[in-house]
Amino acid sequence: MGIHHAIRKLGASTLTGIRRLGLMGLFLGQGILFCLVPPLKISRLVKQIHFIGLQSMLVILLTGLFTGMVLGLQGFYTLNRFGSDAFLGPMVALSLIKEMGPVISGLMVTGRAGSAVTAEIGIMRLSDQIDALTLMGLNPFRYLVVPNLLAAAIALPLLTAVFDVVGIFGGYMVGVKLLGVGSGTYFGEMANYVDISDVAEGLYKSFSFGVIIAWICCYKGYYTGIHTGFGAEGVSRATTQAVVFSSVLILVWDYFMTSILF
Amino acid sequence: MHESVNRAGAVTGENDVVIRIEDLRRSFDGFPVLQGISLEVGKGVLLALIGRSGCGKSVLLRHMAGLLRPDSGQVFIRDMDVARVKGRALARLRQGLGFLFQGGALFDSMTVYDNVAFPLREKTRMREAEIRQRVVDELGRVGLSGAEGKYPSQLSGGMQKRAALARELVCEPEIMLFDEPTTGLDPIIGHAILKLIDDLHRKMRFTGIIVTHELHKVFEIVDRVALLHEGGIRVQGPPEDILSSEDALVRQFVRGEIEGPISVR
Repeated sequence: MGIHHAIRKLGASTLTGIRRLGLMGLFLGQGILFCLVPPLKISRLVKQIHFIGLQSMLVILLTGLFTGMVLGLQGFYTLNRFGSDAFLGPMVALSLIKEMGPVISGLMVTGRAGSAVTAEIGIMRLSDQIDALTLMGLNPFRYLVVPNLLAAAIALPLLTAVFDVVGIFGGYMVGVKLLGVGSGTYFGEMANYVDISDVAEGLYKSFSFGVIIAWICCYKGYYTGIHTGFGAEGVSRATTQAVVFSSVLILVWDYFMTSILF
Repeated sequence: MHESVNRAGAVTGENDVVIRIEDLRRSFDGFPVLQGISLEVGKGVLLALIGRSGCGKSVLLRHMAGLLRPDSGQVFIRDMDVARVKGRALARLRQGLGFLFQGGALFDSMTVYDNVAFPLREKTRMREAEIRQRVVDELGRVGLSGAEGKYPSQLSGGMQKRAALARELVCEPEIMLFDEPTTGLDPIIGHAILKLIDDLHRKMRFTGIIVTHELHKVFEIVDRVALLHEGGIRVQGPPEDILSSEDALVRQFVRGEIEGPISVR
């Protein structure tokens, strides 16, 4: 009896998991489809670019600066052991541009904007605002999902670029101003070793991370109640799941992009 | 053809059925909520859907609006199957349908003015000046003149219901579904909302269904009453017939008695 019950439960949860994965895939497909089919809600898009992009600027500046400073510090002591501290500039720049910029920007935007997107859509779901949109004959995807998908896909590469520049400046402050690496060496070696394809790699990654954040956070908000339970607890659970799932997916996808595509 | 004049003064005939429900069944997690509902609502008729809490009234209303899909059975609005209609027909169907949600479902990031203007801006090609006039008129009609710049969170429960009603009525729907319009309101405001619905029904002559627990006050404004019990329509008819019903269950429910065929557990 106990074994039967356990097997049935395992089967049911597996089927639910598979069904929800399928639903997530359909959700992304529908989101992308409505991005391509007009009309586009321009005012909503601008509002979301402001919310996801501009309002994340401070956190990106701070994390970028200190990430670059730590890289400068650690990099200098490590390279110094081998007498290679001249390569501090390329090391900081490549680490930031190829990996740390896109990943940390993605994680920061998930925490700051993604969680808010989930909570906003989740509350709209629980207070029948999404049903009200549907009954007005308006497509909730166009109002809620498409602006967030496009805004995150546009804002993330830009935020990552800012992160990279500020991070390189942070590395410069520590490496050059504090630890005495030559300014010409820091930037000169960087120009020799950092290729435009490295910059493109970082931007492709950040674009895909933007899509991941908007996809997961909108999905979790959209199905608040049905998948996560109702009330304040349901919204809280949806938000937590959105942040955790987006963050994990960013790291997993980063590995696959690095190993397969580049 | 048999014709009758309802309380709002609308002449309805037997062929003027606007909402038709046929053997509607729906379960949630294996628990049957609706077990073969059949119901017809004529043009211009205001019907009260009553029943115990959790008996499926709101679920039935959501099926009529197409927000839920039935396990079996059909809901027809003007002969269109709500669960199957798609594309332009669905858009046309929804254009003529208003739904007052229990909590109002106002967009909380928009002002009252923007909430009421929203469907006009999104669904019509009206100019902003025309929209402004319509919104001001509609807010005046529901007694909310001067509240244009307020956000839903700054309004009382009754005002939120009025604002939501204005947003639904601004597109002049032919069918209005009211999901517990007086829940959470004090008796005076609750009565005022029902009076407002009655006045608007007389002026606009929409076909309406009100899900409510305010039996005696709602009986004064509706043309028909349907009692939902154990997943089916137990009885339906004019309010006078329901009030004078000999059915022990109906009598217990209408009078709110503890003793009777309905168990209070």
